[in-house]
Amino acid sequence: MSYTIDENGYYGSYGGAYIPEMLYRNISQLQDNYLKIINSDAFQKEYKQLLADYAGRPSPLYHARRLSDKYGGKIYLKREDLNHTGSHKINNTIGQILVAKHMNKKRIIAETGAGQHGVATATVSALMGLECVVYMGALDVKRQAPNVARMKMLGAKVITAHSGSQTLKDATNEAIRDWINNPEDTYYLIGSVVGPHPYPDMVARFQSIISEEMQQQLMEKEGAPDPDRILACIGGGSNAAGAFYHYLDNKKVQLLAAEGAGKGITSGESAATSILGSDGIIHGSKTLLMQTSDGQITEPYSLSAGLDYPGIGPLHAHLIKEKRLHVYPITDIEALEAAMELTTLEGIIPALESAHALAILPKLEIRKDEILVINLSGRGEKDMDAYQKYFTYLKKHPKDELEKSFLFVP
Amino acid sequence: MKKITQILEGKNLLSIFLTAGFPTVERTIEILTEIEDYGVDFVELGMPFSDPLADGETIQQSSAVAIRNGMTLATYFEVMKIVRKKTDLPVVYMGYLNQILQFGVEQFCRKCNEVNIECLIIPDLPLEVYEREFKTIFEKHELLISFLVTPTTSDERILKIEELTTGFMYVVSSSSITGRRGKITKKQRAHYEKIKAMKLNKPTMIGFGIHDKKSYELACQYANGAIIGSEFIRYVAKENAAYFLTTLKA
Ligand SMILES: Cc1ncc(COP(=O)(O)O)c(C=O)c1O
Repeated sequence: MSYTIDENGYYGSYGGAYIPEMLYRNISQLQDNYLKIINSDAFQKEYKQLLADYAGRPSPLYHARRLSDKYGGKIYLKREDLNHTGSHKINNTIGQILVAKHMNKKRIIAETGAGQHGVATATVSALMGLECVVYMGALDVKRQAPNVARMKMLGAKVITAHSGSQTLKDATNEAIRDWINNPEDTYYLIGSVVGPHPYPDMVARFQSIISEEMQQQLMEKEGAPDPDRILACIGGGSNAAGAFYHYLDNKKVQLLAAEGAGKGITSGESAATSILGSDGIIHGSKTLLMQTSDGQITEPYSLSAGLDYPGIGPLHAHLIKEKRLHVYPITDIEALEAAMELTTLEGIIPALESAHALAILPKLEIRKDEILVINLSGRGEKDMDAYQKYFTYLKKHPKDELEKSFLFVP
Repeated sequence: MKKITQILEGKNLLSIFLTAGFPTVERTIEILTEIEDYGVDFVELGMPFSDPLADGETIQQSSAVAIRNGMTLATYFEVMKIVRKKTDLPVVYMGYLNQILQFGVEQFCRKCNEVNIECLIIPDLPLEVYEREFKTIFEKHELLISFLVTPTTSDERILKIEELTTGFMYVVSSSSITGRRGKITKKQRAHYEKIKAMKLNKPTMIGFGIHDKKSYELACQYANGAIIGSEFIRYVAKENAAYFLTTLKA
């Protein structure tokens, strides 16, 4: 495959491991062992079993008829929202907790934005009886409160990060600092295809089950494994990486992604990394990131906590550079509208992150005979607060006013 | 021979880390011009970064203040230009890699030469990447480099670091981010002893967690000297830096 990492952990010019010496031993141990561990028969057996019996895989591939009627083509939803804990994040945490166990680690740390990765990590830590600490930005603790409660009930300690924009970037900084302070017994369970090598590759492998199943399910339903287009949202890029993985070299399949444009790409409050970003280093990886001309990382904004990140995984930076992936900036309002629409047409309340992927649809010209798969990365319970505020706002204001103004402050 | 190289041949060296632009740009200039009088042998001048992964709260906060004060790499070199009119005190550049990349590596090296910065510490530039991508250009500009050695660094790797070090070996006192206070533990002492017993051919400086006369003097028994960062910055914040320095060598 031309979109895999080289021996130093780079996708083209992106990736690598730009870490301080304090992390060298742990990272190089992981680099040297992760493939051996995850390719072993015993690991694969346990991983697949847990995915099936614990997470509830395979996730259905659902033909969304009313959505298809509206936009044309045949639209399938890959129902990652139906997984245990409510998103794709569980695919990765099951994989990594098994890696941690193989490496004899006793303490699990993680960062979280929307709280979905935090919940998925707290869940598998409970399952394995391991201590779990989750870092979460102060703003996210507030806006994703239901997930904070879940993590606590699952026995995790949730530590609030107060630095910077108090979101995912800052939670990640704190998790990395924790790992520096606890180099012996701790495993850092990263939630997306970000961070130093080998994390982007390892997480992509664990999420690749999404496209593996898609191929089989499309074979059954359509008689051929390839859709015409795959749509996914990108925070760090793990659900997108999983949905694209087995199609990366298959150029007939178009890859489309949505990123959080917040209040618009020119508003100064955005997380549209592919447009606003440039090459640099964030969280140990060379990739696209939002930064000042002086190399200070910019504080991003998106209503969606899972997309509120100033970087993007190195695989996606590479795919963008190679023009293999087309990225659409999606505003808060567009995503809220898409969430409403899916709820109305299909009776499915999506996560705000996943709603960004749905919001690509109105921007496409779709042929009648086309097959599209949208990766519905998560469910919307955690976002009910934002959705409710949006309904309330809509009742009081005409919609066209809303589109033009940024009066809606969730 | 470079001035810093000469100094690093000495013993009981005292080095201070400060964040450029904290608490103000003017104060940074004052400190740099006066600090030699307090027995400081050389300074690490930190370029503030928005996301300093290896740093604790003190340096995070001083960095945030410095960035708000408008500290950029261009300003950093302006500060050094002013400082150089008054002192040839050795200044080591310390900063994360991203800013050097945005500034342009070649341009960065030239600027360091212009203001007589002789040595660099780039905590997130790993040895391997340095060897592959940066060694040639730093050597061309005669810039020395110092690498961190931590309690988790293997002996084999310490020897590799020794080989590639052209400045000094920065011995990180414990497995932690910067700014930890508290007594030096037995474990830390064992780490110091191990490093000393390796009889390394390059100068060594112990840093991270050095915060008073006692921890400074202990470090000096095992290395060429010690580096004080967060604690100095705490005293700068309290406008008590001069007093703090006098307590170290009293
Ligand atoms: C439901 C859901 N989708 C998507 C994301 C974004 O992450 P990634 O880009 O790694 O898939 C998150 C992150 O929290 C999420 O909770």
